[in-house]
Amino acid sequence: MSNREKYDQAFIETFEITKDQLAGLKYQDITAWDSVGHMSLIAALEDAFDIMMDTDDIIDLSSYEKGMELLAKPEYNVEF
Amino acid sequence: MTFDDILSIPPYSLEKEEKEKLLTERLNELTELHRKNCTEYRNMLEGTGFGADPVKSYKDLPFLPVRLFKEMELRSVPQEEIVKTMTSSGTTGQAVSKIYLDRTTSSNQQKAMVKIVSDFTSSGRMPMMIIDCPSVVKNRAMFSARGAGILGFSIFGSKKIYALDDDMKLDTEGISAFLHEHAGERILIFGFTFMIWQHFFKELLRLRNEGVTFDLSRGTMFHGGGWKKLASEAVSREEFHKRAEEACGLRDIHDYYGMVEQTGCIYMECECGNLHASNFSDVIVRRPIDFSEAGIGETGVIQVVSTIPESYPGHSLLTEDEGVILGIDDCPCGRKGKYFRINGRLKNAEIRGCSDTYAAKFQ
Repeated sequence: MSNREKYDQAFIETFEITKDQLAGLKYQDITAWDSVGHMSLIAALEDAFDIMMDTDDIIDLSSYEKGMELLAKPEYNVEF
Repeated sequence: MTFDDILSIPPYSLEKEEKEKLLTERLNELTELHRKNCTEYRNMLEGTGFGADPVKSYKDLPFLPVRLFKEMELRSVPQEEIVKTMTSSGTTGQAVSKIYLDRTTSSNQQKAMVKIVSDFTSSGRMPMMIIDCPSVVKNRAMFSARGAGILGFSIFGSKKIYALDDDMKLDTEGISAFLHEHAGERILIFGFTFMIWQHFFKELLRLRNEGVTFDLSRGTMFHGGGWKKLASEAVSREEFHKRAEEACGLRDIHDYYGMVEQTGCIYMECECGNLHASNFSDVIVRRPIDFSEAGIGETGVIQVVSTIPESYPGHSLLTEDEGVILGIDDCPCGRKGKYFRINGRLKNAEIRGCSDTYAAKFQ
């Protein structure tokens, strides 16, 4: 599975949504992505890429696109 | 001044004059924001004759009694922008506060909390043990103060375990496995004071007598929620700490003071045992007789101000707690700002008199 597929899978499984809902999805846009769902998403991403995210980045991860930008940072080094 | 400006400053770095300047500017802005966007709040200001000119000190801003949020639905943004409604802990049948959060306020609460707690953990995220049951955060539409506290601290947890099951029984097997997996690591422990005492320390002490021990000497505990129940059992802070060490070797313990009406800017207990106000908020102790500001060392009613609330008019509140300012900028722990102690809740009869008559004027 490519990193992009793993990334998408974390969102799809955590929020029980479909692939076509991903683009442009933002925190609090859907009921599943609330503050509880957010921590589940972080756990799923951390498991998928075997990383530990910084608290500031956890807060900054406010959209589907923003998450890719954050994970591409040198400390996580996830290439999309 | 925006909240992001305040976030960029280390949370316990401002001395008295700088902090007063910052709070006055930001809280004047919040007062105007809520005056503009919350009809009920505007009516209250008009009712008290509070004019539109900014005050010279944030200490001169009006304060709402916290219980007003139990009686009125107060918000400063349209209903469709509310992403979360938080409620205070209350027994069945008791009125609860309802606090309405939009994206900005909710996110700023979490940001402030991260800054405050990080000052006490010094390391990044850690394995986390939550002294509560998993069902507390299940109802996601309505957030209880308990759920909000757990969730707020959860950002510091890398792996998490709930130490209690839904019957509030200690999950000894789960805890053993968790501690084995994270042997040698620092552990973050979070919970509410009474539950920790009743369902954790007491149980650990009982198990110890049976020869079953758990080592939490690498733990850092944060606990809040008040001492009322423990005080009635005559359990002091010293006793709580003594038992913690006996039960599991835990020594690094921080109480915190906070309330659902001003989530985010909690007041953390430092290594010297004092509660500290960060840059995000402040406490003012007032004399119950005329609400004038009490001096250092003088007991009174606690007013709290917070730079966070934008979606509800809760930036300046009179609590029902009694406390005392111990000093400003000179705590031996090195943190700037006020440090204080909470003595407990006001006696019901007293506060009921003044807060209810105060609130009744605005209906």
